[in-house]
Amino acid sequence: MMLKLLPKTNIDFLKYRKAYYILFALVLIGGVICFFTKGFNMGIDFTGGTMVQVKFDAPVEMSEIRDALSATGAESELQSFGDNSFAISEKSTSSEVGVVQARIEKALDTLNVPYTVLMTNSVGPAVGENMTERALWSILLSLVFIIIYVAFRFSNILWGVSGVIALFHDLFAMLFAFSLTQREIDLVVVAAFLTVAGFSINDTIVIFDRMRENRHLHPKMKFGELINLSINETLSRTIITTLTVIFAVLVLYMFGGEVINSFAFAMLVGCISGVYSTIALTTPLVYTWSHGEMNDGSELNKPAAKLSVAVKREEAAAEGYAPKKTVTKIKRTRRNRK
Amino acid sequence: MSNKLAVKWGLIIAILLGSLYLIYPNYKWYSKPLAEREKLDTLGERPKRMLNLGLDLRGGSSLLLELDVSKLSAKEPLNEAMARAVEIIRNRIDQYGLAETQITRQGDKWIMVQLPGVSNPQRAEELIGKTAMLEFRIVKNDTTAAQKALEKIETTEKPFDDNGLLIPEIAKLVPEGYQIMRNKDGGYSVVTAEAPVTGADLENARVVMMGENGYPEVSFSFNAEGSRKFGQLTGANIGKQLAIVLDNTVQSAPVVQSRITKDGRISGTFTPEEARSLSIVLKAGALPAPVRVIEKKTIGPTLGEDSIKSGLSASFYALVIILLFMMIYYKAAGFIADIALLLNFVFTVAIMSYFSATLTLPGIAGMILSLAMAIDANVLIIERMREEKLLGKPVYEIINLGYDKAWSAIFDSNITTIIVGACLLQFGTGPVKGFAVTLIIGLTVSLFTAVFVTRAIYELILTSNTKEISL
Repeated sequence: MMLKLLPKTNIDFLKYRKAYYILFALVLIGGVICFFTKGFNMGIDFTGGTMVQVKFDAPVEMSEIRDALSATGAESELQSFGDNSFAISEKSTSSEVGVVQARIEKALDTLNVPYTVLMTNSVGPAVGENMTERALWSILLSLVFIIIYVAFRFSNILWGVSGVIALFHDLFAMLFAFSLTQREIDLVVVAAFLTVAGFSINDTIVIFDRMRENRHLHPKMKFGELINLSINETLSRTIITTLTVIFAVLVLYMFGGEVINSFAFAMLVGCISGVYSTIALTTPLVYTWSHGEMNDGSELNKPAAKLSVAVKREEAAAEGYAPKKTVTKIKRTRRNRK
Repeated sequence: MSNKLAVKWGLIIAILLGSLYLIYPNYKWYSKPLAEREKLDTLGERPKRMLNLGLDLRGGSSLLLELDVSKLSAKEPLNEAMARAVEIIRNRIDQYGLAETQITRQGDKWIMVQLPGVSNPQRAEELIGKTAMLEFRIVKNDTTAAQKALEKIETTEKPFDDNGLLIPEIAKLVPEGYQIMRNKDGGYSVVTAEAPVTGADLENARVVMMGENGYPEVSFSFNAEGSRKFGQLTGANIGKQLAIVLDNTVQSAPVVQSRITKDGRISGTFTPEEARSLSIVLKAGALPAPVRVIEKKTIGPTLGEDSIKSGLSASFYALVIILLFMMIYYKAAGFIADIALLLNFVFTVAIMSYFSATLTLPGIAGMILSLAMAIDANVLIIERMREEKLLGKPVYEIINLGYDKAWSAIFDSNITTIIVGACLLQFGTGPVKGFAVTLIIGLTVSLFTAVFVTRAIYELILTSNTKEISL
C-alpha cells in the first residue's frame, strides 16, 4: 500500500494563466510601492557602520539605554534580544573603524550596570560598497548562467528566459517580504536569496524535464495539454520535496537562533514563492510565448521561419517526430523495458 | 553477486572507510578538553587535515586591512608589496604567539586577518597597525632658516592638512634637503630629507627591560650592510644629533659620541608592552606602506557557543524530521534514501576535513540545503518508481526505469544549483563563501550518494530474488 498525499490529479493549470499574470503584476506593483515608501533595511555589511551587541548582568530598561545613547548625540538603533541582551547599531559613513564602537561603549558605561560585549561589527564604507557590488554581481551572474544552461539543455532560449523570470518573481517576493517586515538584509540573507534561486530553478527543471520527455512520448499532444500533463505528473514530487524543505527551514526558523533566523525567513518565503512561480509563471509563460505551439528549438525564434513551422510539424509527425538526439533516448528506454 | 556489483560495493566501502579515516582526527581533537587543545595549538601540534570552526562558531575577531597604496614606493609593484605586507603581518602575529591565525589577501589592496579565540583584538590591531618604518636621520635645528620654520610650526594650530602633509606656508620655510618631523615628546625637529640608514638593514631587535632612564628600551643590531652604512653616518656626524625616527615621529635624538657600527638602542618612555610590540615589529620588518583597519568584527566566546548550540540542535532536529518523514512516507525506499542521506553527511564532512575547510554557521545552512537537494533526488527517483509500479512492472524494471528517467532531472537541477554556488564562491566573501563551499561539496557528493549508492543498495537487494519492494 502506497502512502499518498495526493490522488492522481488532472488539474488544468494553464486555464487560469491570466489570473496568474495579474497576480504577478500585483506583486510587482505592490513590491515597487513598498520599496519606494518603506525601502530596505540594509545591514551594515552593505551600508558601512558599527554594531555592538552586549549583554547586561542585570535587567536594564530599553529607554535607559536609549537615553544614554542619545546623550552622546548619535543616531543609534537599539534592538532587544531578550535575556538582557541588546544590539546597538549605527550606520555611518565615517571611515574610522572603531571610533563609533568606543563611543557606544562609553555611553553604556554611564548606565553603571556591568555588561559583556558579545559581538561587534564595524564596517568601513568602502567595504560596504564592495560587498554590495559583489552581491549584485553574484546574483546577476548566476541568473545569466542559469539562462544559458537551461537554454542549452532544453534547446530553447524561451524556456531559459521563462525560468529566470520566475526567479525574478521569487527574488522580488523575498525583497517584498523583507521590505514589508523591515528585516535587515545582510550577507547571509543574500546567500539565502541565491539558495532560493537555485532551489526554485530546480522545480522548473523537473517540470521542463517532464515536458521534454512527454514531447517524445506523445508527439501529437497539444502543447497546452502536454504542459498540464507534465505539471500534474510531477505535482506529487513538487509537493513532497517542497514540504520537506519547508519543514527543515521552519525548524531552523524557529529554533536556529538569531544568526540564521533571517536566512530561514528568506528561505521560507522563497520556497513558497518558488513553487508558485514554477507552476503559475514559468510554464504558462512558455505556453503563451510559443503561441500554444509545440516548440522544439530554434525555428520559432526566427520570425521568417514561423510560416514553415506548420509544414515542418507535419513532416516531423510523419517521421514519428523524433529529432536525431532523441532517437537514441527512446531506444534506450525500449531496451530497458525488455 | 555479479562482478560489476562487487566493484560498485568495493568502491563504496573503500570511500566510506577513507572518509572515516579522514574524520577520525576531528573526533580525536574535539574530544580533548579545551585547555589541552589550546596548549597543543600554541605548540603547533594541531593536526593539519581537519575541519576548522569559523569565528562565528568559536568566537574570535577578524580585521580587514587596507594598504595605503598612495604611499607605496613607486619601485615596488602592487602585487609584490601586498605579498610582502601579508608576510610581515604574519611574522608579527606569529611572534606574538597567536595560534591558527589566518592571514589572507583579499581583492586588490585588502588583507584579512582572522584571530580565533581573541575577543578583544586591540593588541593585535596595534601590532599590525604599526608601519614600523625605522629611519636614522641627522638633526639640523640650529640654522636660522630651521629656527624660523620651527617657530612658525609651533605657533600654527594645524600645521598638517588632512592627508598628513605640511601646509604650504610652513613647507616653504623649510630649508632645501630637509624636512620637519614631530617629536614623540612634543615639539618638532628639522631633519635631513634623506634617511641613509633604515630598519631594512636591521638584523635583530630585543627588549631591554631596565634602560638607562628606568624605562624599557629596545636594542637592535645591524646586519653587515647596515653596520657599514651606520658606521659611515655616525662617523661623519660626531657631535651632532642623530634622530631615531619611527613611523615619521622622532623617538629620540641622542648626540653621536663616537662612530657606531653594530648596535643601537631606542630609548623613550615606553611601557613594557610597547617595547615588546616595537621589538616584534622591528624584527619582522617594515610594512611597505601604512595599513588601515576598514572592517572589524568580534564575536565573544559565549555567543559563539550559543549560536553553535542552537544552530546545531536545530539542524539536528530538521534532519531527524526529514529522515522520519521519508521512512514513513516511502517505507523501504525511504529508508534506503535515508542511508544515502547519512552517507552524504559523512562524505561531506570528510572532504571538508581533507581540505581543512572552515565550518561556519552559513556553512551548516549550505549543508542542510545540499541534504534537501539529495532528498529531492531520491523523491524524484521514488516517485518515478511508483509510477512504474502502478503500471504493474516487475521489480527490477521498476528500479531501472525509476533511475533512468529521473537521472536527467536530477543532473540538471544539481548542475544549476552548483552554478549558483560557483557564482557565490567567486564573488562572495566570508560567510557567503563558507556557504558556497559546503553547498558545492554537498551537491557533488549527493550526485554520488543519492543516485549511485542507493542504486547499488537496490541491486544488492535484487540479488536475493526480491519480488516486491515497498515504496
